[in-house]
Amino acid sequence: MIRGTVVIDRERCKGCGLCVGVCPHQLLQMESGYNARGYHPVQLADSAGQCTGCGVCAVICPDVVFSVYREGRVKR
Amino acid sequence: MTIKLWKGNEAIAEAAVRAGADAYFGYPITPQTELLEYLSSRMPALGRVFLQAESEIGAIHMVYGAASAGKRAFTTSSSPGISLMQEGLSYIAASEVPCVLVDIMRGGPGLGNIQPSQADYFQMTRSAGHGDYHPLVLAPATVQEAVDLMSISFDLAFLYRHLVVLLADGILGQMMEPVEMPPLRTLEDQMPGWALTGAVGRPPRNITSLYLGAEQLEGLNLRLQAKLAQIAAYEQRWESYRTDDAEQLIVAFGTVGRIARSAVDQAREQGQRVGLFRPISLWPFPAQPLAQLSRHVDSILVVEMNAGQMREDVERIVGGPVHFLGRMGGMIPTPEEIVEALPMKPKAQVHRNGSNGAAPVKRIKERSYAPSA
Amino acid sequence: MPPVLERPIENQTNNGSPVLEPVYCFPDSLRDVHTHYCPGCTHGTIHRLVAEVIDELGIRERTLMVAPVGCAVFAYEYFNLDSCEAAHGRAPAMATGLKRVLPDQIVFTYQGDGDLASIGTNEIIHAAARGEKITVIFVNNAVYGMTGGQMAPTSLPGQVTSSSPAGRNPAIQGHPIHIPEMLAGMPGVAYAVRRSVHSVAEIRKTKKAIRQAFQTQLDGLGLSIVEILSSCPTNWRMDPAGALDFIRDQMVPVFPLGDFKVIG
Repeated sequence: MIRGTVVIDRERCKGCGLCVGVCPHQLLQMESGYNARGYHPVQLADSAGQCTGCGVCAVICPDVVFSVYREGRVKR
Repeated sequence: MTIKLWKGNEAIAEAAVRAGADAYFGYPITPQTELLEYLSSRMPALGRVFLQAESEIGAIHMVYGAASAGKRAFTTSSSPGISLMQEGLSYIAASEVPCVLVDIMRGGPGLGNIQPSQADYFQMTRSAGHGDYHPLVLAPATVQEAVDLMSISFDLAFLYRHLVVLLADGILGQMMEPVEMPPLRTLEDQMPGWALTGAVGRPPRNITSLYLGAEQLEGLNLRLQAKLAQIAAYEQRWESYRTDDAEQLIVAFGTVGRIARSAVDQAREQGQRVGLFRPISLWPFPAQPLAQLSRHVDSILVVEMNAGQMREDVERIVGGPVHFLGRMGGMIPTPEEIVEALPMKPKAQVHRNGSNGAAPVKRIKERSYAPSA
Repeated sequence: MPPVLERPIENQTNNGSPVLEPVYCFPDSLRDVHTHYCPGCTHGTIHRLVAEVIDELGIRERTLMVAPVGCAVFAYEYFNLDSCEAAHGRAPAMATGLKRVLPDQIVFTYQGDGDLASIGTNEIIHAAARGEKITVIFVNNAVYGMTGGQMAPTSLPGQVTSSSPAGRNPAIQGHPIHIPEMLAGMPGVAYAVRRSVHSVAEIRKTKKAIRQAFQTQLDGLGLSIVEILSSCPTNWRMDPAGALDFIRDQMVPVFPLGDFKVIG
C-alpha cells in the first residue's frame, strides 16, 4: 500500500474545514488550539499511517495549507 | 526648415507621433475626430499601436494599461468624452503613471454643440477626476504652439510620472495654419524601473492606486503634493505681450489669448496703452508674473469663452475683482468686442473726471493689487 | 520565495526503506502571504489553480495580471507576477492596452461578477469582439462580496441579498446574465467555458479549463474566458461546506457547466 503524508502550514489555515470532509480516511480534524490569527487550524491524525498522499486535501484547500508527500519507488 | 499647412487636429497627432508616441487609444467625438482618423493610418504605418476603443472609458483604461508597461501612451477627446475619462485620469495620477491627454474643448454643458469653448478650464485644472491632484495643463494659442507643446508633453509626463493635458478647443482643432513640424524622434528603449514588463529575474512590480491604510494613502498624497509643488516651481509658462508700458491688462488663454493680441494692437492704434498676459500653463498657473504685472496697471480685463473660470484664478492672484468679458455656446469674441469691453476709454473721448457723458472711468476697487500670499 | 518546508525524508536513498517524494508543494506563482479572503472562500482555490497553471506552463516571468475591484482587488499582492489593478469593470480594457504594447507577454484579467458582468460588460464584450488575445478568469459568486453581499447581475432568481431583501424578482430586477454563452457567438472568442470549484472533481476540471484558456492565448487563437462558479460563505450566510453545496444544488442549475466555445 502506497504510504504518504502531508505537511500542514498551521499559520495559513483559516479553519474552514473543507479538507476534513474530503479526506477519504478522515485523517484530518481541527485543532482545539488557535493559530496566530485566531483560527482552529487543521491537524493530521494518522497514527495508523493510513495516509496515501492522495492530495485531495490540497486540492480542496483554498489557502494552500497542505504540502503532500507520497512514497516514491525504492531507490537502489 | 520646412513649413507646411496643417489642420490643428492632424498637426497635434503628427507632433505626438514625432515625440515618440508608442500607443494611441481613442474614440470618435467632434471636434477632435481627425486626430483619431489621422493616427489610424499613421501609427500602424510606423508599426505602432493604434486602437479605436468601445468608449472613452475603454480608451483611457487602455492607455492606463499601455502606460503601465512604460510605453508612451496617449488619448484625445472632447469635453463630454473627457468627463467619461475622469475616473481613469484619477487612477493614472494616483498610480503615478505617465500619460498624455489632449482635450479639444467644445460647447457645453451637456451634449452642448460642436462649437469651440473654454469651459473645461475647471474640469482640467481642478477636477480631472476625484482626489487631490492637478494635471499639468498646457493651453496653446496657435497650431504651431500646439505642436511645440505636444512635442514636450511625453517628456514632461515621464519626467514627473504625471498626467499632462494639452488643452485646446474646436477652433485650434479645425483651423489650418502653417506649421514647422519637429523631426521624428527615435527613442532609445530604456524601460523605466517601475514599468510592468514581466518579472524576469526580479521581484514582481505592482501598479495600483489602492492604499487601504489611511497613513499609507496620506503618504501617497503627500508625495503627490510634493510633486505638484515641484511642477509648480518649474513648469510655469506664459507670454506677456506689449505689457511694459501697459495701463490696462487683458488676461486670456488659448485661442482667446490670440484674439486678444489683435485687440491689444487695435487699442494701441487708438492710443490706449494695453497689454496682454497669456498663461500657457493653466496648471501651474503663472501667478507671480501676473501679480507683478497687476501692480502696474489700472485695470484688468479677463476674456474667456466660458462664464468666467480662469477669472477666479486671476482674481485670487491679483487680490480683487476684475473686469470680465465671457462668450459661451461657441460664440467667439472679436478683437473689436474686446477693445469695446476695455474699462478705460481712449483719452481723447474722456476727461479724467468723465464729464463728457461717457461712462466715468471707474477705478477698480480702491484695494491695491497686493498679490495673494 | 515559498517557505522551505521540512520534508520528512529527502528523496535520496534511505538505506532501502521507501522515500517520500513531494507530490504537491506551494506554487511559485503565488506569494506566501496570508490572504484577506474569508475562511472557505474559493477565491483562494482559484488563485492557486491559476498559479499552478502558470507554473506548469513555465510562463511566470512573462505573465502580467490585471486585478479587478472587488474581493480580488488585492490579487496583485497574492501573485508572484507583474500586475496592475484596473478601475472597476475596466480590466479587459487595461489588459487590451497591456497586450497591444506587449504582444509577446501573457496577459490575463481576474474579475468578479460585479466587475465583469455589471459595470464592465461593455469592456468584456468589446474585448471579445476585437478578439483580444487575453485570458479572462471570471469568478462568479452571485453577489458583490467586498461591499457586503449585494445583488449582482448573476444573483439567482429568488436569491436574498443585502440589496434584494425579498429575494431577486426577475420581473423587477431581471434575470441572471450568462456571459460565456453570450460571448461564444463572437468570432474573436476562441475559448468560452463555465466550470465550478464546489468539489475536488470540479476543481480538477477547472484547472484543466484554466490551462486550456492560457494555452489558447499562447497559441494566439483569440480571447479565452473561464467562468468559475465560486462560493461566498460570509455573504451567503453559510458555512464553507454548505456554500459549496449551494453552488452544486442552486447555482449549477441556473449556470450550467460546460464548454460554449472551444477552438484549437
